[in-house]
Amino acid sequence: MRYKYFLQLLTFIGCSMLFSACEPQELQQKTLETSTQTVEEELPDLSIFHLPSKWATQSNDTIELVDLRGKVTVLALIFTSCQYACPRLVADMKGIEEEVAANKRSETNFVLVSIDPENDTPEVLHQFAEEKELDLSHWTLLQGTPDSVLELAVTLGVKYRKVSAIDFSHSNIISVFEPNGELVFQQDGFGADNTDIVGHINELLKK
Amino acid sequence: MLQCTNILKRLISILITASICCNVHAQTAIADMAFIEGGIYTPLYGNDSVPVQVKPFYMDIAPVTNQQFLEFVEQYPKWQRDNTKRLFADEMYLSHWKNNTELGNNAPSNAPVTHVSWFAAKAYCECQQKTLPSIDEWEIVAMAGADKKDARKEENYNQRILDWYEKPSSFPPKEVKSTFKNYWGVYDLNSLIWEWTYDFNSVLISGESRKDGAVDRNLFCSAGAVGATDLMNYAAFLRYAFRGSLKANYNIKNLGFRCVKRIPLKK
Repeated sequence: MRYKYFLQLLTFIGCSMLFSACEPQELQQKTLETSTQTVEEELPDLSIFHLPSKWATQSNDTIELVDLRGKVTVLALIFTSCQYACPRLVADMKGIEEEVAANKRSETNFVLVSIDPENDTPEVLHQFAEEKELDLSHWTLLQGTPDSVLELAVTLGVKYRKVSAIDFSHSNIISVFEPNGELVFQQDGFGADNTDIVGHINELLKK
Repeated sequence: MLQCTNILKRLISILITASICCNVHAQTAIADMAFIEGGIYTPLYGNDSVPVQVKPFYMDIAPVTNQQFLEFVEQYPKWQRDNTKRLFADEMYLSHWKNNTELGNNAPSNAPVTHVSWFAAKAYCECQQKTLPSIDEWEIVAMAGADKKDARKEENYNQRILDWYEKPSSFPPKEVKSTFKNYWGVYDLNSLIWEWTYDFNSVLISGESRKDGAVDRNLFCSAGAVGATDLMNYAAFLRYAFRGSLKANYNIKNLGFRCVKRIPLKK
């Protein structure tokens, strides 16, 4: 009997070693309520909702990307101290928002992910949202970690490089995802004609 | 009760395997790695090719082999060929292996693992308490010659790299440690396979980034300036162009990886 308890103890220690050493994020994920797991099983293979990372919103809530599930998502990577490209990228996102029918906007997530998680804290993101007059009922601004931002960026083919403490070079891509997180369309470069991207969004919203 | 015992037995066997693996890795982690002093070097990218400070670190002396990667997927079945989400590795992932857990004839155990995605390579390194090298870390080691930390100005250094670039890649690749060994005791850089880097997406050179004005114009300016006397940049430019063309779930037949271990800062 004592042997059995010893084995159980060993098993417990072994498992915690196995996971904590290697995949801390996964362990956290496994401890979440089972509803998340059942949701996960149904996701398409290429869904970005498989990325396991956790993010802080402008309201300092902690979310996973899978929490965006169920709505069409329009997403871009920015940083708030950006002087040149990002204001235009955000302006493009707002332009797209305006072209989505007003009664459909609540079925859409407009997401800005910061590539500068060191400086773009939830407070900074919140202030940025206010300055840009973003309607937070369907806009979400996210702070990750350098590693989670990189994983998201490489998944979307977005390139960026830190040029100095406050400056980044980066691609100007707006991505559209269907409600299960599969990439449907990407728009390259700012100031582009929004016809295509809005067409894709409206098509998804009809479904 | 019987079921419970079986589960327990399985868990124990996993535990034993894990602890054996961990011990092996703990002992060999530094043994199969070379200490790299770090230092300052000037990378090739954009108009801000200013000197970069690289901190000291350890680098695997050889690329990760098929056998080592097999042990990894046995321990973490979610990284086996048929279990991996396509978001993390496209359908070419480990396609030269016989099946999920057997290497077969196209994957000699001591040859570097290829057909491996960035996500899979990254997970492997993290499971050894290591990480993929940054571009700067990789480049600072690769600029060494046989007996010099920075041999980039030497003619035979560039010729060796360009010769390899010119040669059609053979498949499967030769065994690890079968090619050039440099000043640091690190093998096979620029002579066996291409290798993943952690921040490969920091090369703003292809497609959409071309519209991003300044950065690429400058990168292409430096490329435009490449002449017969500037082969050093030409070889580096090819590497940067290759990295810039990759996506994280790509699996390519001559692209593998090795890991580095950072040295924790003393408090």
